[in-house]
Amino acid sequence: MNELILSKRFNLKESHKLQTYLSTGGYRSAERALKTMKPEAIVEEVKVSNLRGFGGAGFSTGMKWSFLPKERKKPVYLVVNADEGEPGTFKDRYIMEKDPHLLIEGILITSFAIGSHKAYVYIRGEYVKSYRILQGAVDEAYAKGYLGKNIFGTGFDLEVMLHMGAGAYICGEETALLESLEGKKGFPRLKPPFPAIIGLFGCPTIINNVETLSCLPTIIERGGKAFADLGCEKNGGTHLYSLSGHVERPGVYELRMGTPLRDLIYKYGGGIRGGKQLKAVVPGGMSAAVLKANEIDVGLDYESLKKAGTMLGSAGIIVMDETTCMVEALLVTARFFAHESCGQCSPCREGTGWYYKVVQRIYEGKGRMQDLETLMSIPVNMGGNTICAFADGAAMPFSSYPVKFREEFEQHIREGKCNPTKENHAYAYH
Amino acid sequence: MAFTFTPSNQKKINEILPRYETKQAALLPILHLAQEQHGYLSPDVEEAVASLLGLPVVKVREVTSFYTLYEKKPCGKTPIRVCRNLSCTLLGGREILEYVRQKLGIDVGESTPDGRFRLDSVECLCACEMAPMMQVGDDYYGPLTKEKVDQILKEGRK
Ligand SMILES: Cc1cc2nc3c(=O)[nH]c(=O)nc-3n(C[C@H](O)[C@H](O)[C@H](O)COP(=O)(O)O)c2cc1C
Ligand code: SF4
Ligand code: FES
Repeated sequence: MNELILSKRFNLKESHKLQTYLSTGGYRSAERALKTMKPEAIVEEVKVSNLRGFGGAGFSTGMKWSFLPKERKKPVYLVVNADEGEPGTFKDRYIMEKDPHLLIEGILITSFAIGSHKAYVYIRGEYVKSYRILQGAVDEAYAKGYLGKNIFGTGFDLEVMLHMGAGAYICGEETALLESLEGKKGFPRLKPPFPAIIGLFGCPTIINNVETLSCLPTIIERGGKAFADLGCEKNGGTHLYSLSGHVERPGVYELRMGTPLRDLIYKYGGGIRGGKQLKAVVPGGMSAAVLKANEIDVGLDYESLKKAGTMLGSAGIIVMDETTCMVEALLVTARFFAHESCGQCSPCREGTGWYYKVVQRIYEGKGRMQDLETLMSIPVNMGGNTICAFADGAAMPFSSYPVKFREEFEQHIREGKCNPTKENHAYAYH
Repeated sequence: MAFTFTPSNQKKINEILPRYETKQAALLPILHLAQEQHGYLSPDVEEAVASLLGLPVVKVREVTSFYTLYEKKPCGKTPIRVCRNLSCTLLGGREILEYVRQKLGIDVGESTPDGRFRLDSVECLCACEMAPMMQVGDDYYGPLTKEKVDQILKEGRK
């Protein structure tokens, strides 16, 4: 049986209300942590828990926290990444709208563990509903003394502020997010220095994803070891998988780390819509290499997917059936990267724009065979010498779609049209 | 005419400002307020916000032009954002966009002559479980069919 930790309240009536949260054990972990634990002990539990950041990179959370300088000359900030923007990913929205107090309790425990008295939650500008519900929950928490001054009578103070973005995918990248929070355009910063040393307003800063922080109450309640045991090797806990595309039941599924991709699609997602055949899966957001139908016997965890030549990323799983035109799928992907590159580094700016044009040419039936080679050479040209990981991520689809679906790309070039059901391309892409 | 905030927005700003470590950090929320009040961020809005925060106007302009949710020109009141990313495309997002365009009689990036709507085609709104979907004003709608679009636009016109 699959145990629910992150989504156990999602289906309760008025699940976002403090009353519901308290009557189902809420804020007990925070109280215990603040009253009986030392901050270092919490960091230690988090290390043992094998919790890895769910924002996409899968970095050890306990390790990240221990990068903070031991000597505190400046305030420490906690910044919550709620800028959810990775195509195919929608889990953070569920947490904020259905169980906002779980996130707030996680923020409280984390702030105590890292010695922060101010946390910012950076929410993408389009998530107006999430913002309102979370702000309502923050207000409730202040009113009951779970936030503010002298929390649980321990003398610990914490202020939580919500901050709305304004529409820019790149602001999900942690240093771009910090720039944006400081009131600037979202240009990623060169690292090092890492935010743990020089982050928000020049102060040490820990940035974590919404889902990552929402694991904290469970880690405190059960201990790091028990949390680790819920997952698989090196991947603690459960994970919220966002499933969409051509499946019968799209949605958010909380499953053990390492659950086979096949199970997610067929057992939980109800299989392919209308009884059609599976063609391809993108397992972890736009930057993940695409998988073919015969490659889905793989565990949904960081190591297994890496071994399969792709990545878990943000766990946004997009399923494509036999009617899908893979050239169109890559075109949509290419347009996204061209649109969202911040333009700071020329290989990324020029590369994403140019490759979008190449895929568009193939899609419109004006492609040449050598275009395929061009596409597949992208990692060499674009990755590496850039400020942030966006360019490396953008390269992945170009080196996987045309390789794995070479036949289809070639046919598109030869015959100037698509293979599956759609015979021609009626709309212009812009 | 020079732009000024309404008294109630000025009050909100007075509450926001001291909560941030620097004045500049309040720029995004203040621009959101300004756009809500004025409909779009005209040069005189940018100037007013710059002087309020003690910033050079270019710093404000850099920000208004970087972020897609800030409007720089007069536009229809309610934004319609039709998602064009992968999950929505797979489930008919392009047909929905085409239908909304026809229905409103405007192209992407344009506003209706009656000033009610503006239309955009946007990247993933992270609600792919309701694909194909769109955002109208603050709210998300999906999975969309032509009938649903009709209904939503009718509601929106009220
Ligand atoms: C281009 C790009 C976009 C990103 N978008 C997001 C995002 O929307 N949400 C998120 O939590 N992390 C995002 N990240 C990852 C963050 O940079 C950062 O690693 C993460 O917020 C750290 O939190 P975690 O350790 O809890 O995962 C993105 C990274 C890159 C390179
Ligand atoms: S790699 Fe691309 S997105 Fe990242 S900083 Fe450079 S130009 Fe911007
Ligand atoms: S692809 Fe449309 S909401 Fe994600």
